[in-house]
Amino acid sequence: MNNPSDIGVSRRGLLTSGAGFAAVTALPASASNKEPVAPMETPPTLPVQLKVNGKATELTVDTRTTLLDALREHLHLTGTKKGCDHGQCGACTVMVNGRRINSCLSLAVMHDGDSVTTIEGLGTPEDLHPMQAAFVKHDGYQCGYCTPGQICSAVAVLDEIKAGIPSHVAADVAASPAFSEMEIRERMSGNICRCGAYSNIVEAIREAAGRRQA
Amino acid sequence: MKAFHYTRASSPADAAALAAKTPGAKFIAGGTNLLDLMKLEIETPAHLIDVNKLALDRIEETSDGGLRIGALVRNTDLAADKRVRRDYAVLTRAIVAGASGQLRNKATTAGNLLQRTRCPYFYDPNQPCNKRKPGSGCAAIGGFSRQLAVIGTSKACIATYPGDMAIAMRLLDATVETVKPDGSTRKIAIADFHRLPGDTPHIDNTLQNGELITAVTLPKPLGGKHFYHKVRDRASYAFALVSVAAVVQKDGTGRVAFGGMAHKPWRVEAAEAALPKGAAATARIAFAGATPTHDNAFKLQLAERTLAAVLHEARG
Repeated sequence: MNNPSDIGVSRRGLLTSGAGFAAVTALPASASNKEPVAPMETPPTLPVQLKVNGKATELTVDTRTTLLDALREHLHLTGTKKGCDHGQCGACTVMVNGRRINSCLSLAVMHDGDSVTTIEGLGTPEDLHPMQAAFVKHDGYQCGYCTPGQICSAVAVLDEIKAGIPSHVAADVAASPAFSEMEIRERMSGNICRCGAYSNIVEAIREAAGRRQA
Repeated sequence: MKAFHYTRASSPADAAALAAKTPGAKFIAGGTNLLDLMKLEIETPAHLIDVNKLALDRIEETSDGGLRIGALVRNTDLAADKRVRRDYAVLTRAIVAGASGQLRNKATTAGNLLQRTRCPYFYDPNQPCNKRKPGSGCAAIGGFSRQLAVIGTSKACIATYPGDMAIAMRLLDATVETVKPDGSTRKIAIADFHRLPGDTPHIDNTLQNGELITAVTLPKPLGGKHFYHKVRDRASYAFALVSVAAVVQKDGTGRVAFGGMAHKPWRVEAAEAALPKGAAATARIAFAGATPTHDNAFKLQLAERTLAAVLHEARG
């Protein structure tokens, strides 16, 4: 009888309504904003279909849910890490439709129908992806927290070089990029390693690239 | 993050109409800037209109020998386009000088033009900021202003436009194509797209309520040698202190635009006539009337020296 749902107001709804007051008093941040908007009773939710590591799944999420939180909190794929949650550290890097992105800066609802590959989809402890094996061999980590993002990013970097996508260190952007240590360092700059394992990470990527070319 | 409703747009005109009639609506494409600001509750849209499924992701040749770049073309794809790399290398160079590989895979052509300032006081809700909260004051003036604007500033705001791509777009005289809520279309010269702060720094650009960018067009190629030199505190993945976009012809004439200096890409056509005379003569005209702070006066010398390096390389 004392269940909050009986009176039609959830604790979360109350919190949201309270927080909504700030939005009403805030002035518009750009010309495209209009008059203040009444706070929402309950946060909107939407269904979203994702294919994660080859497996189709359907979720219903609060529209605010990032792709990162959908993976970690809804699908319990906790290999993908939350570092800064602002696109600055790269710990949340996953591949969406074959391209690496920061999963913290994307909403789950924006990925309806997309295919997502996380670190869990690259390899398993029994059957490591060549990039995972190279990171182990070259000690490309210390605490390991940034490592899933580093590995997802590194796999994508090799694809990007192969696809001819130019980088900032190219002498001639019209030419096809060549694999080099400078290219790895530039292309991996969106993945921060606070332990500073960079030189070993570069060695691991170099080996994985060579193995694939062979 | 504040709760918001979410709708996928079905056509550009419908998206514009919906945005105009929906209170608190904003478009979302890549989301790499907007979601960051929403997490900090600096942006608090009540409704997001997702434009990602609109067919605005192609790069086409125009009848006058230029390129029409769809609003949703990702930064990576624009930088990697063979025609852009060959004929508009300054644009490729500017794009790959910005952000990280992950962000460039998501960020769009239109969204990049709309990137908001990275002024630290804009990002800190505990500080006054006329751009974030009009009328609250500017903590950057008299604060830590090393990264901020040196020209075109006002008493209300000294923020910079932070991006790289738009500096090259300004150099190339791009045109921004839009659709308005009534379905009509408009073309805005890139020179008229970004604003100076004046006494309304909360307005970044000249888009109207609900107006949606559909494409950016480039005129036919300029030829010449293309440069984008970006000077920053790290070798990669950092915003510009100063950047110089330039196209220099064999006879030493050319064009130059600067990033990191103002509230918009900074190009002074009258200064370009001085390019054959060198960087000092050009910078003198380009930055006449500059209003640097104690912290960022170095940018004027840095911009001149970066331009000198570009002109030296152009002669080589």
